[in-house]
Amino acid sequence: MPWNRNEMAARAAKELQDGFYVNLGIGIPTLVANYVPEGITVTLQSENGMLGIGPFPYAGEEDADLINAGKQTVSELPQTAYFDSAQSFAMIRGGHIDLAVLGAMEISENGDIANWMIPGKMIKGMGGAMDLVAGVKKIIVVMEHTSKAGDPKFIPECTLPLTGKNVIDMIVTDLCVFQRPDHDSPFKLVELAPGVTAEEIAAKTTASYVI
Amino acid sequence: MNKLYPSAEAALDGLLKDGLLIASGGFGLCGVPERLLDAVRDSGVKDLTFASNNAGIDNEGIGKLLRTKQVKKMISSYVGENKEFERQYLSGELEVEFCPQGTLAERMRAGGAGIPGFYTKTGVGTQIAEGKETKVMEGRSGPEEFVLEQGIFADLALVKAWKADESGNVIFRKTARNFNVPAATCGKVCVVEVEEIVPTGSLDPDTIHLPGVYVQRLVLGAPYDKKIEFVTTREREAV
Repeated sequence: MPWNRNEMAARAAKELQDGFYVNLGIGIPTLVANYVPEGITVTLQSENGMLGIGPFPYAGEEDADLINAGKQTVSELPQTAYFDSAQSFAMIRGGHIDLAVLGAMEISENGDIANWMIPGKMIKGMGGAMDLVAGVKKIIVVMEHTSKAGDPKFIPECTLPLTGKNVIDMIVTDLCVFQRPDHDSPFKLVELAPGVTAEEIAAKTTASYVI
Repeated sequence: MNKLYPSAEAALDGLLKDGLLIASGGFGLCGVPERLLDAVRDSGVKDLTFASNNAGIDNEGIGKLLRTKQVKKMISSYVGENKEFERQYLSGELEVEFCPQGTLAERMRAGGAGIPGFYTKTGVGTQIAEGKETKVMEGRSGPEEFVLEQGIFADLALVKAWKADESGNVIFRKTARNFNVPAATCGKVCVVEVEEIVPTGSLDPDTIHLPGVYVQRLVLGAPYDKKIEFVTTREREAV
């Protein structure tokens, strides 16, 4: 049985280590915060200028001046720090953030990612995604294994405009996990969701990977 | 020298004309200089270029100036949640320069610091780097390719802050600081609207986020009815 959204987030959360500074993207990546393993402390970074994101506020305690990068109201923690956008991306670009988890529309076998535009259709912009994939030490993508139409999303070469070239370290899909030790190595199939077979992965993946 | 102005209109007097490049603070609806943007709209100037992370949403922030067709070009990283923007962009009425969020913040910071360009890894190998100079240099993990990005030197900076003293020292509140600091520094003239103006000497000098040297004009914008794009809350645990 494939992993659901929460199980995918929980799988990505296993990569968290004590003391990590982490940036979580919008959607399934946000759920990773719910599965921080017991006994470890991580600090969440928000691109709009916050370290130490707290949970959603109690009803009635929302503060318009306190939002995350998804423009949702959040709360602060004892260790919270605020800063401006230039400082925020200095810590991202400068390699001070340990891990980023984000979604993707396509990943190529050499670790390219496309997640910011569909020419002629979606024109929202890249936000901070290009900076994150270029600067953060480790990048995990969490995405459905195939598109809604059933097409593979882990493919030989991206067809959509790139967000970053050769930047992805790990891919968690609803069916399996691919990982690689460095950016010169191919991705390896390291884990299968319960009941999913390697043959099924092979049938639903056009990218080449090692087993 | 008096930096205090009685209204947003007065604070912009003599600064506005067609074709300006304006750097604006704000992230989503948070920390947006709404009084000053309203005054720019009311002035009727047009063909404006805005360097701003977002383009507002329909009829909020810069969205108001899109509706009146006063904006020629946006330099932004994220422009979702704005139908009028989408319509103008797809019909070719509005020019858009997509700029990665961190690159945009650094372009403002660099402009404000007198740095005309800088090399960054962000966007290398993507269409953002097309037509730009690239160079292999020593990076964090050995030689890497970098792309040259230009500093932004804006004609005018519009900023929203929390408190200012009469000399122009400014403090922001929580995540409303965002692009307001880099935007403030890259304008030839910077106009700041605040929620409260206090006498000089009543702010702790160690807590100033934007020193008064960057601030030419100040206006009290209060009272504010601050808007939230997505209200998200949790239930209180039962006792």
